[in-house]
Amino acid sequence: MSTETINAPVKEKKERQSLFSIKNRKLVTDPLNDNNPITVQVLGICSALAVTVKVKPSIVMALSVMAVCAFSNLVISLMRNVIPNRIRIIVQLTVVASLVILVDQVLKAYVYDVSKQLSVFVGLIITNCIIMGRLEAFAMGSKPWPAFLDGIGNGLGYGAILVIVSIIRELFGSGAILGYRIIPESFYKHGYANNGLAILPPMALIIVGIIIWVQRSRNRKLIESN
Amino acid sequence: MKINSNRYIFIFSTAMVVIVAVLLSLAAIGLGPLQTKNVRIEKMQNILGSIGVVSKPSEAESLFTKYITEQVVLNNKGVPVISDVTAFDIDLKKEMDKAKTGQADKQLFPLFVCNKENKLYYIIPVRGKGLWGPIWGYIALEEDHNTIYGVSFGHKGETPGLGAEIEKEAFQKQFIGKEILDESGNFVSVKVKKGGATPGNPHEVDAVSGATVTSGGVSEMLQRTLASYIPYFQNIEKKEN
Repeated sequence: MSTETINAPVKEKKERQSLFSIKNRKLVTDPLNDNNPITVQVLGICSALAVTVKVKPSIVMALSVMAVCAFSNLVISLMRNVIPNRIRIIVQLTVVASLVILVDQVLKAYVYDVSKQLSVFVGLIITNCIIMGRLEAFAMGSKPWPAFLDGIGNGLGYGAILVIVSIIRELFGSGAILGYRIIPESFYKHGYANNGLAILPPMALIIVGIIIWVQRSRNRKLIESN
Repeated sequence: MKINSNRYIFIFSTAMVVIVAVLLSLAAIGLGPLQTKNVRIEKMQNILGSIGVVSKPSEAESLFTKYITEQVVLNNKGVPVISDVTAFDIDLKKEMDKAKTGQADKQLFPLFVCNKENKLYYIIPVRGKGLWGPIWGYIALEEDHNTIYGVSFGHKGETPGLGAEIEKEAFQKQFIGKEILDESGNFVSVKVKKGGATPGNPHEVDAVSGATVTSGGVSEMLQRTLASYIPYFQNIEKKEN
């Protein structure tokens, strides 16, 4: 076959690295700022809008995505030399889907109320572009440990934005954080009202926009030059 | 074998599917008991919700046994029967299917008798159709078998902001104090009235605007289900007199 050369697995560097070398640490820290999946790559926005009304479901969603991303990266990276190139997307999807079903089952068993709030969005992790993106771009050509770290990093980057957005939305939309009342009762007596817009999806979009703005004004590298 | 040959691809995908299937079934079997327990606890919370008892998941079971003093299973003529399942374990969906397949005489109706602060309440589970899927609820009647003491509704996937409003307190609060019998004791149920209930009418509540099908579904499920319990209540009253 003429495609043989293209299909040959990416050559890896032979040198051994310590588990937390600078390069490996960068895999975790990079997605938090310079290469954030939501604010820089603009992936996974849909679920970020949907589950961030309250902080608790956001945290659970972030942990779920992180688990799926890390372990699918790990599994695919372990299998990368035996996956036939022609069906690699299907293989990736199968791995991701199985992990998502596992996560869904675990949530239903241990945090039933949160799993009800997240409802379809756990199942939709399968379609989260961050995960497929990392599998294609990183796990298919990297060793298991860096791939695992990359998954953790991207999960953290996604989760960080989710938690920031949900803290703002729950504080202004419900006057509480994690269900604990923050805005005192006396404010309401003097005519303060919860912001109805904050519990609707458009507010998440506005907050994500503001985060992108703040991030780019502090991090000059991210500003496109043209 | 070449990694891109058809044979390899077939073997690879078959092996992968089998491994994944085994893993997922193991997980489903292992976590199954915990999940059913959660579903049961949620059902208990909903039943308790209809008599205004708000409970945390951890305390639902003990509160349920505290308040629910008796579980009765009725047949379709309203006569209590001895059944091998408790009222709590009756699957309303299966019972409704029996009516559809011409087995109406085998249909079972669960009823919970509960005692809250020395007052007797009857809790009737109801189930019907919304716009996108099933809707269900629990109706608590007072000792007179007529006045509604409280309700709790649930749904599978009604539209948020429209049909899903039946789950909200504002909708459910309306039912409190409504009556299912008219002055001469005939069954009339409570209707969810589009365009707003007539003030002072004890048999009507306001519909959710924009949720015609869900509101209709609520009316229908109350009308159909409550009717099956009327003979039982009449028998009790006869005995008391």
